[in-house]
Amino acid sequence: MSHLIGHYNYWIVIFLMMAGLYVVIAQGNLVKKIVGLNIFQAAVYILFISMAKIEGGTAPILVDGTTLYSNPLPHVLILTAIVVGVATTALALALVVRINSAYSSVEEDEIHEQDQSF
Amino acid sequence: MVLLGFLTVTVLSVILLRDLFAIVMLFGIYSFLAAALFVTLDAVDVAFTEAAVGAGISTFLMLATLALTARREKTLPDRPLVPLLVIGIVAAALVYGTLDMPHFSDPAAPAHTRAAPHYIESTTAEIGVPNIVTAVLASYRGYDTLGELTVIFTAGIGVLSLLWYRKRREED
Amino acid sequence: MHAQIQPDNLVLRIGAKMLIPLILVFALYVQFHGESGPGGGFQSGVIFAAAFILYALVFGMDAARAVVSERVLRMLAALGVLLYYGVGLASLFAGGNFLDYDVLAEDGISGQHLGIFLIELGIGITVATIMVIIFFAFAERGVTR
Repeated sequence: MSHLIGHYNYWIVIFLMMAGLYVVIAQGNLVKKIVGLNIFQAAVYILFISMAKIEGGTAPILVDGTTLYSNPLPHVLILTAIVVGVATTALALALVVRINSAYSSVEEDEIHEQDQSF
Repeated sequence: MVLLGFLTVTVLSVILLRDLFAIVMLFGIYSFLAAALFVTLDAVDVAFTEAAVGAGISTFLMLATLALTARREKTLPDRPLVPLLVIGIVAAALVYGTLDMPHFSDPAAPAHTRAAPHYIESTTAEIGVPNIVTAVLASYRGYDTLGELTVIFTAGIGVLSLLWYRKRREED
Repeated sequence: MHAQIQPDNLVLRIGAKMLIPLILVFALYVQFHGESGPGGGFQSGVIFAAAFILYALVFGMDAARAVVSERVLRMLAALGVLLYYGVGLASLFAGGNFLDYDVLAEDGISGQHLGIFLIELGIGITVATIMVIIFFAFAERGVTR
């Protein structure tokens, strides 16, 4: 039972990750796939940041009077990950715009049909 | 937690809706809720960045893409069995992995006792900057931040080369 | 991408006119106080770009392009990255390792402050200009399609 209390955060975050992954795999619209990818990424960030929290600690900015800070190393990692994620999203959306002007559709099935009918 | 409940509801509505505009707005809400969650988890720099970048730039770019493409998703035949099976297997593997993890916010976890105390203690002496995250990002791990900046620059070049500016009639 | 904003959309224009300077000042505050509080280069660059995008959305693309031309934007983006590499090279020339800020000034701590200040500036410039460039690319696409 202490497993449940100590870990239910992680399980909810895993559910969020799987929901994002489901949108990427199973939905056909390209823009929705990118939204799902971003949901997946944000859930991974939540997982890492929740691993960095220390009970009774504060934000990792040195102030007089506190000695217990939350672990700053995952924060650095996730900061880089967020910025790289938005760069990837911008590039992916630019590709979707070009795909749309080439195939006049952003649905995966229609694009496949047009490709195979060449 | 309440925030996690809101996040779950938002994600479920993203899966079930068909109107892309609503889905992008829900993604903005999701980003904002994640930023609020980061604040409660003492990650203020990360919350700042996630709110600015996720709820700001990402949502805005998706809206711009929607304006250039379609507005609604076409309904497609549903065969969700295989994806659900794959996701079930992955989720089971991940939950099995978390059973070994230390409890949430446990101060004695090995993640907090090896490298982190060294950075927290030597930041004042070696760098003299109160924000430990900035000190690590800019000084201790400055090389990684250089790579991150180059990635952003490359993505900007990529977008420029994909959506090249058409020269307007009267001026460049 | 949008229909031209009607000239009598007064509330939007006045609200934007009041907000945009505040947003720019806040971006500068976040940039230079990244050491003592949350903030830093990435956040400030995004906020700066947000102010610019707001201006472009309310007052039209021509007004935005009159503020800063696309050529200047591209040069500024490269300038930020060059600034970062330049600080690293300056450390090399001053006798230390690449990106070792201790050798940039007489005292180790002031060298660190100088190095962090310069690279955060470079990060802020590049992130702001790249976000604005991406916005211009998407918006141009819609106009001249």
